[in-house]
Amino acid sequence: MARIIGSMSASHVPAVGNAIARGLQEDPYWKPFFDGFTPAQKWLAEVKPDVAVVFSNDHGLNFFLDKMPIFAIGAAPSYPSADEGWGIPVNDPWPGIPPLSWHIANHVVEEEFDPVICQQMLIDHAVCLPMACFFEDCGRNKGYRPVKIVPVGINTVQFPMPSLKRCFEFGRAIGRAIESYPEDLKVVLIGTGGLSHQLEGERAGHLNKKFDTYCMDCIAGDPSPLLGLSNVDLVEQAGTAGLEFMNWMTMRGALLGEVREVTRTYHIPISNTAAAVQVLEQLPRLAAAAE
Amino acid sequence: MAEQKQIFGTYLFGAEAAQKGYALNNMCFTFNDKANRDAFLADPEGYCRKYGLNEEQIKAVLAKDVIGLLKAGGNIYYLAKLTGIYGLNMQDIGAIQTGMTVDQFKAKLVAAGK
Repeated sequence: MARIIGSMSASHVPAVGNAIARGLQEDPYWKPFFDGFTPAQKWLAEVKPDVAVVFSNDHGLNFFLDKMPIFAIGAAPSYPSADEGWGIPVNDPWPGIPPLSWHIANHVVEEEFDPVICQQMLIDHAVCLPMACFFEDCGRNKGYRPVKIVPVGINTVQFPMPSLKRCFEFGRAIGRAIESYPEDLKVVLIGTGGLSHQLEGERAGHLNKKFDTYCMDCIAGDPSPLLGLSNVDLVEQAGTAGLEFMNWMTMRGALLGEVREVTRTYHIPISNTAAAVQVLEQLPRLAAAAE
Repeated sequence: MAEQKQIFGTYLFGAEAAQKGYALNNMCFTFNDKANRDAFLADPEGYCRKYGLNEEQIKAVLAKDVIGLLKAGGNIYYLAKLTGIYGLNMQDIGAIQTGMTVDQFKAKLVAAGK
């Protein structure tokens, strides 16, 4: 059976793609950010996942406002990226695993969630940059593809959006789906985006270290205090783009067992963002406990 | 409803803005393609009209008025593709919107991490 070995969460900022393209990993501005991935890379070298299920939000590359799904599941054999409007080099595609994607889709619909299923999907910086940092040694080992991916898209762009509670429960269903997949695969969950930042309005530049720390504590420990938070409350605390924390909550929902925090870093600012990296290991569980 | 609670200087992108800003955001969506970015730069106003922007939106685009673009229904993830054409990064945009210099805006970000 497939097994979820843990989760990795990381902010996604387009400027990181620019920094990778320019080889700035050792630059004083960027080094504290990129160095935050080193413990995660060491953990990955030990646990060697086969698949990454990646929770993120599209920023106007794959989806437009003509059709904006609340939840979307990729079921493509390959996920290319593309120019997002800034002309920086495009990342190589990531391979998909359609049988697992369809298994997840079937399972979550049985549990009464209704995602859009995408047999073609472009992945933007929200997928490509955390993947580059975790798996391609922050862009130094470009094109390295040790895992297949299942991208899960969450609408954090346009109200109405799913609540944190709904995201968490959707994640729960995805976790149960993964753990009922018959093939022996090691699966790592990746949640991208956040933490606090706001790009637009007279309040641009809003950051909230105290709240972000609280969120990371809840992710590492008990996430239930966050379930009652409305999306507008989340904006008030973490800024409009802090809504991307929904991706983290969906990811956290899919961790069905006990977890241990492997590493955490938090750095302000990367571009206008409070940039975080957090890795949790899920402790092995008895099969019966998974029911 | 989401829009009921007011947060200073914050534009929640929902039913009203999504409808009002549709043409503007649609134009920005085309900027994923370099040929479209070049066509915009060759004739910004003509490109805006081709995509059906209203006068308020065209005025804000030409003036690089980010707050005006938000009030006209722009979504920041799409507007970032427009401001990118002008070579403005997120600190430049932050400074424009908050009335600070870019250095002041950057200093504000750094201070939040202390």
